[in-house]
Amino acid sequence: MTKHLLSIDDLGGRDGIERILDLSESFLEITRRDMPKVPALRAKTVVSLFYEDSTRTRLSFETAAKRLSADTMTFSVSTSSVKKGESLLDTVQTIEAMGIDAIVVRHGASGAPQQVAQWSNASVINAGDGRHEHPTQALLDAFTLRKHRGPSLAGLKMVIVGDIRNSRVARSDIKIFSALGVQITLVGPKTLMPNSIVGWPVTVSHDLDEALIEADVVYLLRIQHERIGDALFPSLREYTARWGLTAERAARLKPDALVMHPGPMNRGIEIANEVADSPRSLVTEQVANGVAVRMAVLYDLLGTGGPVV
Amino acid sequence: MTLPNAPEGATESKSAANATGDNGGVFVSPKQVSSDKIIGFADGNANAAVLRSIVFDAQTLNRSITRIAHEIVERNHGAHEIVLVGLYSRGVELAQRLAVAIERFENVRPNVGMLDVAFFRDDIGLRAVSPTGPTEVPDVSDRVVVLVDDVLFTGRTIRAALDAMKDLGRPKAVQLAVLVDRGHRELPIRADYVGKNLPTSLAEDVRVRLGEVDGGDDGVELWGPKEGLA
Repeated sequence: MTKHLLSIDDLGGRDGIERILDLSESFLEITRRDMPKVPALRAKTVVSLFYEDSTRTRLSFETAAKRLSADTMTFSVSTSSVKKGESLLDTVQTIEAMGIDAIVVRHGASGAPQQVAQWSNASVINAGDGRHEHPTQALLDAFTLRKHRGPSLAGLKMVIVGDIRNSRVARSDIKIFSALGVQITLVGPKTLMPNSIVGWPVTVSHDLDEALIEADVVYLLRIQHERIGDALFPSLREYTARWGLTAERAARLKPDALVMHPGPMNRGIEIANEVADSPRSLVTEQVANGVAVRMAVLYDLLGTGGPVV
Repeated sequence: MTLPNAPEGATESKSAANATGDNGGVFVSPKQVSSDKIIGFADGNANAAVLRSIVFDAQTLNRSITRIAHEIVERNHGAHEIVLVGLYSRGVELAQRLAVAIERFENVRPNVGMLDVAFFRDDIGLRAVSPTGPTEVPDVSDRVVVLVDDVLFTGRTIRAALDAMKDLGRPKAVQLAVLVDRGHRELPIRADYVGKNLPTSLAEDVRVRLGEVDGGDDGVELWGPKEGLA
């Protein structure tokens, strides 16, 4: 891998992606031990720099760092000098002056982690930037799906449903799954589709029921209240009726079709309760695998003494 | 397994050997090699190595495993308390063979575990250290753990293994069995059971081949530069 993980592109295509997924297997085994901790990154310091709210991603990264014996520091905007008007640059320089090895960045602005990477000597990991990318989410999604349908995902049909336009998860997932040979169909209201998908390795449909017939995996995106302005669809109830994975729709899926969601779920909107808790749902497993995948990313960036040849 | 002229410390690890191409070049069957024939490396490296001696062939290797199996049982007054823990990759295969050998004369097959020490190594960050396989070790409480590896060199792999074992339980004792002890220890570690003590120079390379891991016939060979003894 490169020094930073800002985008799925940094992984170097299918081989690089699969190498991290293989490494994640080793760490998954470690997380299941009675003593789920190894000294691999002792004396390294990992800082989480979160300009947006997050529970699972931040906790997942911090757990991953701790299980590698790295020290962790958390910087959350609400309790920091950002409240006093400190700029991103000053904040990064302040953190860096403390002598750290990695910065895990979440920011509302697309490209912020890229900017931090230019200012910093530490490795920067993108934990979600605006509408751009969320690479570790995509890695854990691919890892989770590979556990069920692997080792090769080639030829699988995935339907990604919902707010594609605002979703960094969708962008990273499209990159990783298409690199692994998955056929992707995007489904959702026209208002929640990106302005242009020229060059994206996907097909687009506006008929969910038709798209679901052939689907091996349904990936539901969260309706992001915080990023959606005014009426892009008439009402949540209408959204559910047309684009939600209701129990009825789930019943028409292929018997072995799987359901994924990056969390946090809006139960009853994009995903029905019964579906979220059904055996086809991989949601809890996605979270559990997140720690192992982030251990692999941290180890690969900090533990190898340079890129693995 | 070491690579000729590989930096010291990077040489003993099994994972290092795997990461850098296990045989360091062309592994030529002993039958094809005369003692003065230079075997060039696959990459055309001018730094060619020659076969210096055959340490074990399949038969003598097998005898050595059988002898170590007897020593383990003798020293521990039977096989009932023993857990054989192999270090990836060849140590795992050797541990399995020791278990089979012990069963042959004790009618008890000791439990066998597999240990990956990558994340416990002290050279993480100095070079690429990658895991080799899943760690699976049975309960070791009140058992005697015999760590099994192919070549004992600097001792750093064994130190990492001792650290890794610490997280897996508290055995009654830990012992060490190796096929070859090539010297050059960098830590105060010694083996309890040794197939062969083999004095080497740092420029030399002990190549172990086990059919199940590497393919071909079992054997251990000593390779080194043609001229001088470094």
